[in-house]
Amino acid sequence: MRWLQDPILDVQHLTMRFGGLVAVNDLSFQAGRGDITALIGPNGAGKTTVFNCITGFYKPSEGMVALRKPDGSHLLLERLPGYDINWKGKVARTFQNIRLFSGMTVLENLLVAQHNPLMIASGFTFLGILGIGGYRKAEKEAIEKAKYWLEKARLMHRADDPAGDLPYGDQRRLEIARAMCTDPLLLCLDEPAAGLNPRESLELNELLLSIRKDNGTSILLIEHDMSVVMQISDHVVVLDYGTKISDGAPVEVRNDPKVIAAYLGVADEEVEKVEAEIGA
Amino acid sequence: MNAPSITTAGQTQAVTRAFDLGAALKDSLKTALIMLGLSIPILAYKTDQSGADLFLTPRWGLVAIICAIVFGMRLVLHAFTASRAYRQATPSSHQATEPVHAEPSAFQHVSKFAIPFFLGVALCFPVIIYLIQGGLNESRYWVDLGILILTYVMLGWGLNIVVGLAGLLDLGYVAFYAVGAYSYALLSTTFGLSFWICLPLAGILAAFWGMILGFPVLRLRGDYLAIVTLAFGEIVRLVLINWVDLTNGGAGISSIPRATFFGIPFTAGEGGFAQTFGLEFNGMHRIIFLYYLILVLALITNFVTMRLRKLPVGRAWEALREDEIACRSLGINTTNTKLTAFAIGAMFGGFAGSFFAVRQGFVSPESFNFLESAIILAIVVLGGMGSQIGVAIAAIVLVGGPEILRNLTFLQAIFGSGFDPNEYRLLLFGAGMVAMMVWRPRGLISEREPSVILKERKAISGSLVKEGHG
Repeated sequence: MRWLQDPILDVQHLTMRFGGLVAVNDLSFQAGRGDITALIGPNGAGKTTVFNCITGFYKPSEGMVALRKPDGSHLLLERLPGYDINWKGKVARTFQNIRLFSGMTVLENLLVAQHNPLMIASGFTFLGILGIGGYRKAEKEAIEKAKYWLEKARLMHRADDPAGDLPYGDQRRLEIARAMCTDPLLLCLDEPAAGLNPRESLELNELLLSIRKDNGTSILLIEHDMSVVMQISDHVVVLDYGTKISDGAPVEVRNDPKVIAAYLGVADEEVEKVEAEIGA
Repeated sequence: MNAPSITTAGQTQAVTRAFDLGAALKDSLKTALIMLGLSIPILAYKTDQSGADLFLTPRWGLVAIICAIVFGMRLVLHAFTASRAYRQATPSSHQATEPVHAEPSAFQHVSKFAIPFFLGVALCFPVIIYLIQGGLNESRYWVDLGILILTYVMLGWGLNIVVGLAGLLDLGYVAFYAVGAYSYALLSTTFGLSFWICLPLAGILAAFWGMILGFPVLRLRGDYLAIVTLAFGEIVRLVLINWVDLTNGGAGISSIPRATFFGIPFTAGEGGFAQTFGLEFNGMHRIIFLYYLILVLALITNFVTMRLRKLPVGRAWEALREDEIACRSLGINTTNTKLTAFAIGAMFGGFAGSFFAVRQGFVSPESFNFLESAIILAIVVLGGMGSQIGVAIAAIVLVGGPEILRNLTFLQAIFGSGFDPNEYRLLLFGAGMVAMMVWRPRGLISEREPSVILKERKAISGSLVKEGHG
């Protein structure tokens, strides 16, 4: 289990309560550096809540979310303000319902993602407005980086079109490209294959594999599309009702009776047997 | 908009028969009845005073005429919509082959010619007026009007940063205008500071107040933000009225020092502007100077805004308007970004305010009521949120239009000598706003211009651009 040896993300005893509802209950898992880790589970299992805790949209009720930097130091994400998780923690995310800046062009979307380095280059606007300092050069470099990601997401020909005009599959890829423009160590994807046809789904797999290979970014993804999960992920964590029911390599998870029970349900006569197995 | 029609024969027939005279008559009759009901309290009786007695004069003839007009207009409206629906439902033979939205957008139309044209007119305006009116004193009214319009153009551009770019609905913008005006008035009358020192100070103070307002309201969104900013505007006005020791209350501050030509006063005597430049003294020199002063201030506002749009902070404002949550996930500090929008917008309001004080020579809280905020916001919304040229056109229409109506005395020839077009100003103003919102609901120029391009400049349709949620 190599994700235990060099984890990039270490989630310990994470609990999230909304009033009386326990959405995530004492969840612990690790995501390995350079791995593609999938977080799966039936609807309402609390996957997106876990994501929101990791990316700072929720403050966890209990528990710890630690990011291990390449130099081995830990950064506790739950203590950072929401916007700093991307900038200091280098964790980027996409959303289940695509959140692009639809009235801005594809290129502008990718430049907004490089806000913080550009802000420093423009001397926090003061130098930029007077036209002194290296802002022009920094912007050119930012455009080059955007072009790299446009090329990679095969959106070069749509660079000057408003993001809202793009077809659905392109929007999904643009959102991933935009997240990658922030140079993340960990990329969190919330159902990246939702609404894609099989061919687009295959292209997405290739994009994700190349992101891991070329950029060394670890990926954590929520997915319902098992063809994506089983083909590309190295490690699968299964949630049901906010608790972890299985954790391991895709093949192990696929054959885990608890997972099958959670996904497919079981026949009436087997309920007792399964309950005994899962310890309910 | 007009979706390419895939109409079956049955639908087409249904539409051709759609003008149902009976139904139209029935609806028109209903409308006329509603009008009749409304007329009874409003029109049917007129109160006439004769000595101490009050008489009710019935005016049923007038009511009948009005109801007939309403009936007829409703019928015409039905005929019009029915024929339009028919035209849309029967596709012309060209329609299928024509690309959709192929014609250049309104933005491209306007921006190509309008910007140099407006700039040229603005620069030569006093000269043009001088030549038309044939004298300096005669052109006073028009140059004053020009100053008034440019003040609103500048205020519109300043508010455009907050409302148009950052998508934060601010109903209390006039507060910053007031802060700027009172800053100049108080600093110059108390400490004797000159206009050129007070101008940046007024801007800084207004920006400071923008931040003070920003901190508590940043958690709020949409309607709640609008209400709090509205309240802030009122608080500033009430403080100005009631803090008599400092602001002299409702009586205002008078005899504020006039602007000088970079130190040379516009006076008739020794060392005045006219004498220094060997001209004959005329009070209009100062007015024309003020005109160019506000023109320069407005152009600076425009220049800075255009520049900011191409800087990361400007893009972050627009991104914030589009999707705040996505901004946060990309590491943008939304609080600071909103604060800078408030502060920079307020700063330009402060500049405009201190110009207002130096032009009037007198400030009182009455000049900074809610109506001013509403007009400035109307300019921004009508012009098209985020569009600089649209805001300028809207300011000319909304501020200049009513003034021009004052001068339409020839209408008396049509409507009789008792007709005063001035009385109908607000009516026409309102009708114009309604018409605008029907035909161009996203403002005069709704297209957004991208701040950066890779290969080809394409205007972004207003339907994709979000208004922001506060």
